[in-house]
Order: sequence, then C-alpha cells, then structure tokens
Amino acid sequence: MANLSLTKVPIPEQDPNIRNKNFDEVALGYTEEMAKEEATRCLNCKNRPCVSGCPVNVRIPDFIAQVAAGNFEEAYKIITSTNCLPAVCGRVCTQETQCESKCVRGMKGESVGIGRLERFVADYHMAHVSEPAPAIEKNGHKVAVIGSGPSGLTCAGDLARLGYEVTIFEAFHKAGGVLVYGIPEFRLPKAIVQKEVDNLEALGVEVRTNFVIGKTMTIDELFEEGYEAVFIGSGAGLPSFMGIEGESLIGVYSANEYLTRVNLMKAYLDNYDTPIRKSTAVAVVGGGNVAMDAARTAKRLGAEHVYIVYRRSEEEMPARAEEVHHAKEEGIEFMCLNNPTRILGSDSGEVRAIEVISMELGEPDASGRRRPVAIPGSEHEIEVDTVIMSIGTSPNPLIRSTTEGLDANSRGCLVADETMATSRPGVYAGGDAVTGAATVILAMGAGKTAAVSIDKYIKEKNNG
Amino acid sequence: MFKIVSKRQLNEAVTLMDIEAPYIAKKAKAGQFIIFRIDEYGERIPLTIADTDPAKGTVTIIFQAVGTSTIALSKMNEGDAIADFVGPLGNATEIEGYKNVCVVGGGVGCAIAYPSAKALFKAGAHVDMIAGFRNKDIVILEDEMRAVSHNLYVTTDDGSYGEKGFVTNKLQALIDAGNKYDLVIAIGPIPMMKFLAEVTRPYGIKTLVSLNPIMIDGTGMCGGCRVTVGGKIRFACVDGPDFDGHEVDFDELMRRNSYYKAQERESASHPCRMLAASEKASAAASEASKEDK
Repeated sequence: MANLSLTKVPIPEQDPNIRNKNFDEVALGYTEEMAKEEATRCLNCKNRPCVSGCPVNVRIPDFIAQVAAGNFEEAYKIITSTNCLPAVCGRVCTQETQCESKCVRGMKGESVGIGRLERFVADYHMAHVSEPAPAIEKNGHKVAVIGSGPSGLTCAGDLARLGYEVTIFEAFHKAGGVLVYGIPEFRLPKAIVQKEVDNLEALGVEVRTNFVIGKTMTIDELFEEGYEAVFIGSGAGLPSFMGIEGESLIGVYSANEYLTRVNLMKAYLDNYDTPIRKSTAVAVVGGGNVAMDAARTAKRLGAEHVYIVYRRSEEEMPARAEEVHHAKEEGIEFMCLNNPTRILGSDSGEVRAIEVISMELGEPDASGRRRPVAIPGSEHEIEVDTVIMSIGTSPNPLIRSTTEGLDANSRGCLVADETMATSRPGVYAGGDAVTGAATVILAMGAGKTAAVSIDKYIKEKNNG
Repeated sequence: MFKIVSKRQLNEAVTLMDIEAPYIAKKAKAGQFIIFRIDEYGERIPLTIADTDPAKGTVTIIFQAVGTSTIALSKMNEGDAIADFVGPLGNATEIEGYKNVCVVGGGVGCAIAYPSAKALFKAGAHVDMIAGFRNKDIVILEDEMRAVSHNLYVTTDDGSYGEKGFVTNKLQALIDAGNKYDLVIAIGPIPMMKFLAEVTRPYGIKTLVSLNPIMIDGTGMCGGCRVTVGGKIRFACVDGPDFDGHEVDFDELMRRNSYYKAQERESASHPCRMLAASEKASAAASEASKEDK
C-alpha cells in the first residue's frame, strides 16, 4: 500500500540563522527511516513519466523500490548504471523541472522526493561501501576530454568503462569545473566532488590539471599525440558585465570571481592566502542560481545586508524556487523590479552605492516573460560597498580561436549536432560550451551522448 | 608538481628560477605569462615568462619578493617543487614588421622587457634598450640585455650607475637626438609606463605596455584583470597582457591593483621611486599592511 501523504518527508536542514554564518551543507539528508518512508510514496507507475524527464534516464521507480525495501546498495547500482555522479545530482539537479515535474503524485500534492532519495542512496554508498574499482580491459584507444566539469567527468567515466584510455585536461589546478569553482560548499561539499573524481581515476582516467587546451596544447596537437577523438566540455566561463558606469571600481566583482575566490581558492578559510573583500552591504545583480549562490556566500562572509537586485519580478526569476526560499530564510533581501543604472564610487575609487531605476512589467517579450520597463525619474541609490555582477556567462573563446574548422554560433557557442559531433571530424562537444550557461544534468546528458558517439566513431574508423 | 631546476639571486629582492615545465617551454612566446601556486594554501599569481629552454624543458621566471606568495617562492631552493604552474597564457608580443624599436624596462620590469627585446632582435629589428633602476645595487640582467640590443642605456635615479635620471628622460633624449622609432615597448611600474606613454604620445609612436593586474584563472573566467583601454573593458589575460599605452587608463589600473593592499596580500605592483607620488602611495600602503599584521 502506497504512502498517501501529500507532502514529501521533510529533509532536515541547518537552522537558517546558524547556517548563514557557516559554510557547512544546508540540507543534512534523509536518515534510512526517512528514505524508506519517502520511497513508499512512489506509485511505481507503468509508463514511468519521471524517467522521460531525466536527461540521463535514471530508472527512477526501480531504484526507489529498492530503497523502500531497504536494499540501498541495489538502488545505488541501478542509479549508477546510467548516472555516474549521483551524489552531485541528488544535490544540485533541478529535479522540480525534470523528473519530479512529471511525477504523478505531483498532480495532487508534492511529487516524490526523487532528488532527496538519489542523494540518500549516493551518500549511503559513500559512507558504507568501498569496493575496488572494476577491472576493465583497455582497448588501446586514446580519447582526450577537455574540461573536468559535469559533462567532461561523465563523458570520461562512460568511455573509461568501455575500455578507452581517457585523459582529462583541466585548466585549473583542481578537477571538477563549475562543481568546485562555482557551486558553494554549503550546497555541494567539495569532498563529494573529489570522491567522484577519485572514482574516475580508479577507473583508469588520467586527470591532467594545469593544462589549458588552446594554450598549452591545441586540439590539432592532441590528435598528433595519438588521441583518436576529443570531447570539448569547457563550459561557459566568460562573465558578462552590464557596461554601466563604475564597473571597474574597487569592490565590483563578477560572480565568477567572487565564487572562485571563495570556493576554489577557499578565501573563507584563514589558512588560505587568497583574499576576499570584507563587505558590510552587498548588491548582487541578477536573479539566477549563481546570483543566489553569490548572495548567500556574501552573507556567510559576514555582510550585514545582502540585496538581490533583479530587473523583473520574483515570478520571472530563473533561480530554483528552493534556492530563493533558502536565500530568504538566510536573510537575503530581495529588491526586485530594480535595474542598475550606475555604480557610484568614493574618492578613493571604492564602491559606495549602486544607483538603480525602478521597473514595471509590460507586455511579454521573446522569452515569454513580461518585459521590464523603466519608470522614468525613479532612480535611487542603495548604499553598498560591494557589487557582484551575476548577469550570465558565455563560452570561452580559447579553444574555438585556436582550432581551425570548429564552428561556433554568433553567441560563441560551439555548434554540435544531436550526437554531439562538431564540424571537425573526431571532435565532439557538449555542456555549456554548446548550450551556453545551463544545468549540471543537461551537461551530463551531453557527456553521455558524446561518449556513445565517440565509441561509435572510433570503432567505425578502425574497422572501416 | 613542478620542480625548481635552478635558482639565482639577481639582486637582494629579485630572484630568477628555472622551472621544469616542458609543455610550456615548448610553446611559450615572448610576452606570455604563467600562473603559479606554491601549495594548496597559496594564491594563484601571474608572472611573465622571462625565457624558455625547450630542449631542457624549463621556463625561466624572474620575480620580486613583494607579497605572501612571491616571498615564499623566493625562499624555496633548487630541487624543491611548487604545486602548480600553468601556461603559456595571454598573447605573445607583436614583433613582426618593426624595424626600429626602443624597449624600455623599469626595475624588475626589465625581466619582462628582456624577452621582448630578444624576440625583436632575433627578428632583425634594430633594438635600443633603456633599463632604469633606483640605484647600482639593484641593476639586473645587464649582460643579457646588452646581448639582445644594439644599444643598451642603463639609468639610475641616483646616478650611482650608468646615466643619472629616469627612463623617460633618456627616451626623450634619444628621440630629440633624431632616433625614429616605429615601436616603443614599456614594461615596469605603472607610473613609469604611464609617463613613458606621455613621452611618445606627441610623436605618435606606437607604444605597447605589458600589464600585470590581479587575476585568478588567467583564461578569461574571473574578469578580475579587467582594464579600461580606449574606453572599453578588456581582460588582460585573454586580450592582453600587451595593450596600446596611449589608450590604457593607468590611474584606474593603479587603484585596482591596490585592491587588497589593506589586507596585506599579494600585490602586482613593484616598488618605484620614479615619482614622489607613487613613493608616498607605496609608503602608505606598506604602513597600512604593517597595521594589518
């Protein structure tokens, strides 16, 4: 008999007023009892709408049935047969717009907590099971993966399991891409990312950090080195600025810089050398997940006031509802329908305020969202000493500018077909480098597809 | 890990190191830079590549011990290794098509000016070089610079070696003497580059400066190294590090480079006595840093 509760079993969380002063994880995860109870809410539908909502097609009802039966390790095997990063996905996937949005239980009440269960299963495995890496027979073919973010890790893992000798090239000194430089510790502990990278290395994947493809070596040189195919998962790391007055003042950051200093360089810990500004009042410009991450980070670093300045209304915000909810709980102040017009500086060139203009919503625009329109004469100042620009990123040009015959569109995104093949034979691409800034799970889906295509390409090349 | 193959003290504060980094050694061109990190706790610090030996697989860096990481690095020895060393980043200095060039280095900036002079010299340009220092004790790379220039002019602020005066005076004198340069490259403290660009501006001589702002990744990702050039925001790491000296907003750059001075952390600026103003500023900054400790 299914559990007919209309709501998910709540996931324990740190108290908002405690967690907004530390970097420990916000959500604490289900206990075994909670997981089993939540799992019994799954109706095990025949047509499995949830699976079609998952970019990597996790067999969701199957793993949930195993959780309900208390066979957590069985559940883990089912998840990892199609998803190599469950501990990451269980935390940062946008389940509410994917698997959970298709859940039948969601039609009346809340959907099954698929993400929470995935996280539980992955954490259970990490805590209880340490199995030796499976012995894989190498097939002698070399593949290069550029970037160690979600798409690169997924592509590398899948190819390694097929016997390929995979080398991941990472520009930073640490593997993980956006999972380590972008997403904060309190949403995704870095130890979890490291464990996933360790698992890949145990599968025989070589990770070469401090290696910038396009600079240290080009794609053509990779082929000369004997790599038979290349996957580009270099992400969308180039920050955008608004182009308004005052963006070069001291105290203005891109969200990328702010988050990288804190997450990758660990500026929040005293024993690390990288500095970060000690702010009293911070304006974060933007309404996406990255803006929420930056705002919540600034709060944890001790800012008294942290404002989200967003030009549309809260309804149009691209951030996950859960992130907005968490941010509000932690004391982030939302100043929606305000658009920055300039940043004002002191005599010493430091930020002293941000000037914004009030907006109202007009007719829907191309995105389907109501277009924000400035109200003339409504400019006003918000006193802040730090401004964090979080208005989007675009793909890095280092690779496309050094690889002849690699097509990109007008926004700088690499062009890839549905098999992730680019305009260059043997070169595949996926994730944000192709789509522009999107989600972890879409990037993982692209990495999976590319792995299948690369396997096919190399087999055909060698048999043909 | 990246091994320190050899180490040489060029003056009391400036150290030369050859680092084992074969891929970078093979690829690097004059004007490009690396980013190093000493260990897990260190900052990522950019340094211009001074020289390479592709056969030995080594990259030469020359640096002044001014911040946490460079001081720590200067205390390491041959055989030690640092955690990270990545590059070559940024664009190479343009050397094609110039016939008559004056390369100007100020202090430890000579370490960065030297490879550009060398590349131009090898490419067949006539190279005059002006190397300015505070005094005799801190003169570095004199033989090396002499070997890659047709004329080397050393100046010291106090006249204790070479000619007394600033590099700006010397460049003005060379122009007045009828030298027709089609390119001036200026590398050194920001005030030096700023004033040198003012010397060449009236003559319309193309003037390239090499900028070393605060940065993290060096691949265009953080935007921390943004500089205003010709009224537009450019990223020194991917658009530079060389820019048209007549277009750079040096005052803004100076402010941005002092971003973390109060927190006593790594700074990209070099001590400079060329201007009373800059002397005062750096004294104030070091005072501030003492207080912070």
